Amino acid sequence: MLRYALLRLLGAIPTLLLVIVLAFLMVHAAPGGPFDAERVLPADIEANIAAAYHLDEPLPQQFFRYISGVLQGDLGPSYRYRDHTVSELIGAALPLSLKLGAAAMLLAVIVGVTAGSIAALRHNSFVDRLLMAFAMTGISIPVFVIAPLLVLLLAVKAQWLPAGWSGNEGALRYLLPVIALALPQIAYIARLTRASMIDVLASDFIRTARAQGLRTSTIIRYHALKPAMLPVLSYMGPAVAAILTGSVVVEEIFGIPGVGQFFVRGALNRDYTLVLGIVIFYASLVVLLNLVVDLLYAVIDPRIRHR
Amino acid sequence: MTVARSIWRRMRDSRAVMLSGGMLVGLVVVAVVGPLVSPHDYLQTNFDELLRPPTTSGARLFGTDDLGRDLFVRSMLGVQVTILVAIVASVVSLVIGVAYGAVAGFVGGRVDAVMMRFVDTLYALPFIFFVILLMVAFERNFLLIFVAIGAVNWLDMARIVRGQTLSLREREFVQAARLNGVSSMRIIIRHIAPNLIGVVIVYVTLTIPQAILVESFLSFLGLGIQEPQTSLGALVDAGVNQMEGASWMLLIPATLLAVILLCFNFLGDAMRDVFDARGGK
Repeated sequence: MLRYALLRLLGAIPTLLLVIVLAFLMVHAAPGGPFDAERVLPADIEANIAAAYHLDEPLPQQFFRYISGVLQGDLGPSYRYRDHTVSELIGAALPLSLKLGAAAMLLAVIVGVTAGSIAALRHNSFVDRLLMAFAMTGISIPVFVIAPLLVLLLAVKAQWLPAGWSGNEGALRYLLPVIALALPQIAYIARLTRASMIDVLASDFIRTARAQGLRTSTIIRYHALKPAMLPVLSYMGPAVAAILTGSVVVEEIFGIPGVGQFFVRGALNRDYTLVLGIVIFYASLVVLLNLVVDLLYAVIDPRIRHR
Repeated sequence: MTVARSIWRRMRDSRAVMLSGGMLVGLVVVAVVGPLVSPHDYLQTNFDELLRPPTTSGARLFGTDDLGRDLFVRSMLGVQVTILVAIVASVVSLVIGVAYGAVAGFVGGRVDAVMMRFVDTLYALPFIFFVILLMVAFERNFLLIFVAIGAVNWLDMARIVRGQTLSLREREFVQAARLNGVSSMRIIIRHIAPNLIGVVIVYVTLTIPQAILVESFLSFLGLGIQEPQTSLGALVDAGVNQMEGASWMLLIPATLLAVILLCFNFLGDAMRDVFDARGGK
C-alpha cells in the first residue's frame, strides 16, 4: 500500500510540472506586455518597471525564477493589486471558497447517492423515471443558468432567502450559492450511483444475501453500497474540478469575495500573474485531490493494489 | 452508401432520436429564418422602447433589452452563434481525438501506453482555467474560441476511438486482410474507419453540448463572444444584470440554452442506444 502511494505521488510530479510549464508559456507567449494597456510611458520608466518585475531577463531565467518561487509558495507580485502578492490574495480569499466548495461537495454526495440508490431500488418505476428526468435536466442546465434562476425565484420573487452576499449575515446566505454549485453534481452522482447500484444489485453475492433473508436496508448498507460507490469515488476528481469551475460563476453572481471572483477580475483586467497563479494553484489542488481519490480507491477496492 | 443508409434507418426507428433531433432542427430553422422575417435587426437600439416586455404588438415577441434592441432577433442570433461555435469546436475535437486515438490503438504497445498516459495526465487538469488563461493572454477572437474549446474536448473521443481500434485490430476480418497483404494504411481506411463511425457519431453528439457549455460559460464571464455579436451565454449574463426589473431578459435566453443542451444530451443518449456503443468508462 505504501509503495503504491509513493508511486502515485511520484507520478503526480510530472503532471504538476506540465501544468506550470504550460500555464507559464501561455502567458509569456502573449503578444504585448502586462502594462501595455496604460498610457505611453517614457522609455526609461518602462525599463525600470520591466526590471522591477524581472521582465527584462531571458525567458528561461524568468521561468526558473518563477518556478523556484512557486516551490516556496510564492506566486509572484500581482500586476494590478500593486501592494499585494498573488499568494496573499489567494490566501485571503481561499477560506471562503473552500467552505463553499466543501459544503457543495458534501451536499452533492449525500443527496446524489441517496437519490441514485432509491432510483436503482425502484428500477424502471415511476419514481425512477422521475428522478432520472430531474437528473438529466440537472446535468443539462449550466450553473450560470441555475444560479440566477434560483435567485430570481427564491430571493427576488418569493423573498425567502437573501439574494446577495454583502449586507447579509449568518448561514442563510450560504444556502443559495451552495445549492447552485451542488445541483449539477447531484444530478451526475445520482446517475452514476443508479447505474452502478443496478449492476451490483444484480450480482451473485447480493442474491445470496437476499436468500439468507436479510432486510433490503441491511443489504444496501453492508453489502451493496461499498462496491456501488467505486464509480462515484472515481468521479470525485472531475467533480472537484467542476465545482471549482462553477465556483467562479457562483462567486461572480452572488458577489462572494472568493478566489473565483479574483480570477474573473484578474482575467478581465489582464492581471497575468494573478490569473497564472490561480490556474497553477487550482490545477495543483485538482491533481492532489485526484491522488487522494486514487488512494481511497485502493483502500475500498483491494484488487487495485495488486495490479 | 450502405453504411450511411443503415445508420439512417436505425436513427429513424428511435423515437428519442427523432424527437430531440427534430426539435433541434426546428429551433435552428427558426433561428435562421426568424431574424430574416423580423422587421428588427440585432444592432438597432431604440430609446423609446427600452426594456419592453414580450408582446405581440410591433413584432416584439421576446420584448427588448436595456438598450431597446429586439430580444427575439438577438436571441436567435445567439442560438446561431452558440450552435455554430459548438459544431466547429466539436469538429476540431473530432479530428484531434480520432487521429490520436486511432494511432494509439492501431500502433499499440509502448507508443500506446505513453500516448494514453498523456491523456490521463490531461484528464486530471481543470481545463477551463487554461482556456481562460488562453483568452486572457491572447486577444479574444472567434477562431481562438473554436480552437480552444475543441482542444479541450478531444480526450473522451481519443479514449473511445483508441479502445475501439484496439479491439477491431484483433478481429478476424482485419487479420484476414493483413494475411492477404493489405497495407496498414488501407486496413485503417477500408476496414477500421467504417467500424468507428458509430461511436464517433455518438461521441460527437455528446461533445456538442460540452462545447456549448464552455462557450456560453466564457461568454457569460465576458471572455467569449464580444458585443455587438452575441451568444446565449452573453445574453444570460445581460439578463442577470436586469433580472429584478426585466425577468424575461434572463428567462428567455436561459430557457433556450437549457432546451438546446437538454436536446443534445437526449440525442446523444438516444444515439448511444441506437449504436449500442457503450463508453470505455
